[in-house]
Formats: sequence, C-alpha cells, structure tokens
Amino acid sequence: MPKKLLEGIRVIDMTVWFTGPLTTQVLADCGAEVIRLGTSTRTQGAGGGGRAINKKSITLNFRSPRGLELAYKLVAKSDVVVENHAAGTLTRRGMGYDSLKKVKPDIIYLSTCMQGQTGPYAAHAAFGHMLTALSGFNQIAGWPDKEPGWLAAYTDFVAPRFHAISILGALEYRRRTGQGQYLDCSQNESGMQCMVPAILDYTANGRVAERMGNKCPYAAPHNVYPCTGNDMWVAISVFTDAEWKSFCKVIGSPKLATDPKFATLLARKANEGELDKLVSEWTKTRDQVDVMNLMQAAGVPAGLCETNEYQMEVDPQLKARKYFYEITDSEGETQRGNPGVQFTLSKTPIERHIGSEMGGDNEYVYKEVLGLSDAEIAQLMEEKVID
Amino acid sequence: MVSKNESMLGPYRVLDLTDEKGLLCGKMLGDMGADVIKVEKPGGDLARSIGPFYHDEPHPEKSLFWFAMNTSKRGITLDIETADGKALFKTLVKTTDFVIESEQPGYLDKLGLGYKDLEKINPGIILVSITPFGQTGPYKDWKTSDIVAWAMAGEMYMWGEASDPPVRISGASQAYMCAGADGCMGAVTALLHRSISGEGQQVDISVYESCVQIDTSNRLPAWQMRGTVARRGGGGMGPAKHVSRKMYRCKDGWVNWSYRANPAVWPSKPLVNWMEAEGASTPYVSNFDFARPDFNQVLQDEWNQLEEPTAKFFMSKTKAELLDGAIKWGVMLYPVSTTADMMGNPQLIARDFWKQIKHTELKTTITYPGPFVIASGSPVAISRRAPLIGEHNAEIYEKELGYSKEQLAVLKEGGII
Repeated sequence: MPKKLLEGIRVIDMTVWFTGPLTTQVLADCGAEVIRLGTSTRTQGAGGGGRAINKKSITLNFRSPRGLELAYKLVAKSDVVVENHAAGTLTRRGMGYDSLKKVKPDIIYLSTCMQGQTGPYAAHAAFGHMLTALSGFNQIAGWPDKEPGWLAAYTDFVAPRFHAISILGALEYRRRTGQGQYLDCSQNESGMQCMVPAILDYTANGRVAERMGNKCPYAAPHNVYPCTGNDMWVAISVFTDAEWKSFCKVIGSPKLATDPKFATLLARKANEGELDKLVSEWTKTRDQVDVMNLMQAAGVPAGLCETNEYQMEVDPQLKARKYFYEITDSEGETQRGNPGVQFTLSKTPIERHIGSEMGGDNEYVYKEVLGLSDAEIAQLMEEKVID
Repeated sequence: MVSKNESMLGPYRVLDLTDEKGLLCGKMLGDMGADVIKVEKPGGDLARSIGPFYHDEPHPEKSLFWFAMNTSKRGITLDIETADGKALFKTLVKTTDFVIESEQPGYLDKLGLGYKDLEKINPGIILVSITPFGQTGPYKDWKTSDIVAWAMAGEMYMWGEASDPPVRISGASQAYMCAGADGCMGAVTALLHRSISGEGQQVDISVYESCVQIDTSNRLPAWQMRGTVARRGGGGMGPAKHVSRKMYRCKDGWVNWSYRANPAVWPSKPLVNWMEAEGASTPYVSNFDFARPDFNQVLQDEWNQLEEPTAKFFMSKTKAELLDGAIKWGVMLYPVSTTADMMGNPQLIARDFWKQIKHTELKTTITYPGPFVIASGSPVAISRRAPLIGEHNAEIYEKELGYSKEQLAVLKEGGII
C-alpha cells in the first residue's frame, strides 16, 4: 500500500501565532504527523491555538529536566522540528538545533523569526503587521499623496510559503543523502523575495519604488470603480487594444474605442484621470457582479471587491471548487476554513480531520510513541512535566 | 556554484513554459538547484517587455523584471504550436521531471501536450499549472490581472483606509508571486509523493486562491465568528471610539507603530520607557494603563494625548535610528523601508544577504537579494543570471539532443526556435 504524501513524517511543532502554525499546517495537510507542544499555562497563540486541523497536541513542560529528557526522546523519533520564537529562546532551553542534532543526527530543524537567527537584530520580537513595513510593502501600497498603505500582516502569510518549501526541499535532500540540516529563516528575507523587481530597480537604476495607488504603468483603465450599494467596488484592468475594444462595446460606447483621446495605450495613460471618471460614471449605477460578468464574458479582466461574507457564502468559483472545507467531528462540532495549502494535486486529495484539544494526544504520544507505562505517565503528571 | 548533489533539487530538470503568472515558481526551483530550462517563444517571451528596465532602456535583454524572475534558469526558444516544436518538446519531456505552465486551462490539451499526453511519454512527469482561477469551476476560462486577483480575493477590501477606495500593492504583481511560490510548493510535494508512489501528477494552482489565503486568519474569522463584514480602517483592532494611527511620520519617512490593548501580547510600555529616557514622554503617556478594560472606549480627544507626544518623538528620529532603538528598547515598531533603506539595514548586511550577480554582456554586476532560507546542508542560491533569448539553444539542441547545425538552421528559418 503506497503511503500518501508525507505520511510517516513526524513534525514537532513549537510555533505560535501565524507564520509558524501556517508553516506546519502545510505539512499537516500533506499528511505529516504534526505534534504541537504546549503546556496548560502557555497558550499556543491565535493561529496555533484551538483545535488546529490535522494536528496533534501534547502537553510537555520541557523547562523541567525530566521534561527536557522526554522532549529529546520524542525528537529522536521525529523528522522535523519547527519553531518561531525570538532567536535564541529555545537554544537557551536546550531545545536548539545543536542540542537536538545530538539526539537525532538527521533532524531537519527550521527556525523562523522576524529577522533571522544571526546578526545584531536577531532577537527582536514583533508581529507581521509591522514587519510588512520593514520588508518594504507598506512603502509601495496606497496613494502617492497619502501615508503608506495599511496591509495588515501581509508577510505573516507570504513567509510560510517559503518556510514550508524549505522544509519540503530539505526532506527531499534527506531522502537522497540521509542528511538533516538547519534552516534559518527570516520573515523579512522571505517577504523581500516578492520585492525583487523593485529592489533591482534601486540597485541597478537608483530608483526608489513609490506607491502608485491602483495604477499600472502599462494598462488603463486599471482601477477599482464604485458600483451600486455601500462601499461596493469592481476592479477592471485593460491591457491590450483588443481588451479596450471589448470594454468599449460592453459599456455601449463602441465609438470610444477610436476616440483619439483613448484609442492607444499612450493616449489612455495620458488621459487616465478622465478615463477613470468616465468608467465610474458607467459603473456607479450598476451592480458589481453584473459588471464583472459582462466584462469577463467579453474577455476583459474584471472582478468585484469581495467582502468576507461574499467570499464565504456566495462566490460561485470557490463553491464549485469546494475551497472552504467544512468538517464535523463525532460530537457534532463543525469547523469551516480555508486549506493549509493553495494547490490541488490531481491524484492525491488532501484529507482533513479536526485536531485535538491541548494535550489530546498525550496518551498516544507518551504510551504508543515513547512506550511509557500508565504509572510513569501518572507520575509525570503529578510532577507537572506533562502539564 | 553548488553541485548537483549538494543542493535540494540537484538531480531534477524543469521545463518552464510560464508567462509572468508563473515565473517565480521556476526561479525558486532553480535557486534550489534544479536544472530549469526556460522555454521561450521564438524572439523571446512577452514578460521581457515588463519593466523596470536596466538604465531605463526598454529592451528585451534589459528587463529587470525578467532578471528578477528568471535567475538560475537556462533558456531556449521553441514554438510548441508547430509540429517540429512539439516533437522537440516531447523529446525534452523524456528527461524532465517538472513541466510548469500558465496557459488557460485546455490549451496544452489542444496541442496534444496536456497531462495525459505527457504522462504517456514520461509517467513520472509532474505538470504544474498556474492559472487565473484553476483548472475547474465556472470561472476557469476567465482572465485575471493583479488588481482583479486581489479584489476578488477580498484583501483589497481591507487594504488602505476607510475614507479611500480599496487599493493594491504597487509594482510587480504580488498575486503572481504568491501563486508562483505555491506552484513551487506543490511541485516539491508532488516530487516527494512520486518518490514513494513512482507516479507523477498535475498540480493545479489558482492565482485567485493563492491570494484568498492572505490574511485569512484575520478576515475570515470576522465573518464566521462575529458575523462582521471586515472593512478598511479597522486595522484588525475592532470597533473603537477613537481612530488609532498605524503610520507615523518620522524625520526621513514613516514608521509603522500603533498603541494596542493586551500588553502581554502587544507591549506598548517599551516605547514609553524609551520616550521617558529621552524626556519625550508626558504624565498622560507615562501613566496610561494599556491593560485598561475600556481601551477601545477611550474618546478621540483623550486618545490624542497619547498619540501626539508619540508623533513628536518619532519626528525627532530617522528611520535608521528608530530601527536601532526598537531593537535596543524592545519596541514592536518597524520603519517603513524603501528599497534604498533595505540596502543599509545592518541586519541584512551582517547576514550577507546581498549577492552580486555578474551580467557580463552589460559589463556590470547587479546586487540581488539573497535566498529565502539559509540552509546549512543544501544551500539555496542564485546559480546564474537570467538567460538571454535562446542563449542555450546550441547547448541543449546540439550538444544534448544531437541536432546538427544544418537542422537547427532549418528550424530557425522556420520560426520554430
């Protein structure tokens, strides 16, 4: 019976908040056995808390000597360790890469924090909401005459992609060579992978990238336009002459296509303000979904600005592709959410179950994996090692 | 230069047919050590016309966008719509592990080069398809663009301020970056599966879904748990009787900082300590209780007493001073970096992040950002600059596949390569 994707790969998950838990979620969705380490007094943060999909959970206080010994035993039977504390925190507690490599020489150990594990700023803790500024995204988001645009925790969601890929690549390398390794990740450096064209414009040309609102240098119209209803918008982008002709037909002004003010890309860019007004006049009495459908039917890239409500309750594409999972456990608790990986494999579907409450897999891990007796487990609970 | 066995993906070959939607996928696979061959249309891919350009000279060999997205790739030209082109492509597929493409669904099938066809030539082939809305569903034939992807993904509804329209991130498409990285993740996952099962498969990436993933842990629970339509301006902090600033001006730009409730998670006190040490605090700021249960109920007039001295303090500092102080005082702020600021960031310099890549034909060296991970055992690194148009035609068609110079001349005149 062939195994599925990452079946048989055991991951020790010491992550909190978003970046770390989203990284291990990739592995969990691909079938790895992800075991979260927690204690009754240490929450596992927003993204890592609660009953994470496909993840196991044990309580283990590795800050006690007996707990650390147990953690080593578990690591010895594991393949991957992932943590996202400020650099150095786990090393001080005996759970750094150098310590764990001694108990499991081929362990793959990924650390991620704001700015990486080495260097003068390594130990600095913050959140993706601000890191998005350091990585350069706020600077190029928003309106040229206003403050840098707020992008929430953009890099928190970009970085896990690069982290998960690092682990997958290291697993492939270990499969061929038998060697584990240490993966030093920085949310800042991961985020900057999406900034490279702008960075080269500086390093080669000395030009600093600025925010341009919704403009694109080689398209017009290219903006969001108001529709009927409160705060309802549709995005329309016209790149080619063919799209421009189709666009003019859709808005019922085929003559506009040959109007010298708009007939060429250069003309449309030169008169973009006037063009935007003209498009808004047309959209503002129309429904955003109607505009999107009309434009797309004519081959013009367009889409409504979806709200979270529309996305989860209405969007026909996401419904058809069953993008949001909905699973109910044996006690009737239903969870709905989005997948941990943004790809679909034609032969290997993602399977999901609702994960355990904190400590829900103590018995499995301590008895089955580590082979402890009931009496030993009771003793460890007494000593608050299993906490 | 990293040898085949020292890298994560050294033994594997990739044929990269993508346009701008998928270029990052092949770049990442290449930086991870795979032999990535960019298959361009004769005369060069359209993505070469995307700026910015080296020294602002619009030229297909000077696109910095192209440079950025095609490192560690070799390049050939091939028209896969011709009979000869198809035959050549199929020959290459025999020694290939991944084909990555970003055409509309069904295009490759029509050419007889879809997954079912490629699988017959090479059962282990992994086909990564990066498309606007994925291979299935009512929107599968629709077009996208960066602004359309972010609008539909729901993120634009959250980006920017309540008083302004939704806004995107300027510059090269972030949507395609996210989708490209997801393509790479799917590719390596499928590879690991192939090592167990022996079979390849198709990896379906929807640019739209790649964008939906962004900020879901904030945006979706707002609807699911609280039945709230999340909008611009909230900053993820919920409704309040004051508007909390998220960006402040400083001496030479901006800084991203906001006062928040829940000091155990979002400590504000370290900034107050720093302001006090420099005599910039006020009794109101120094005495403010960040744990107060009515944090969100503080009225704007009172709230201003917190923000105004802070704004004044930030105005006395440069971005570099703020970053340095944030580290020293443990403040959760970051300056809003420009691409120029990044180059001076002492942390990135200490980590040797910036890499010099030679562009011999431009008689220059260009500074590139380093890898997305510092991997101790199998480094991820740029192995070569982006290919010139048809740069490796001779290397691959002649040396590897054994075509003669005369045959290549025929193919060239026929517009096939």
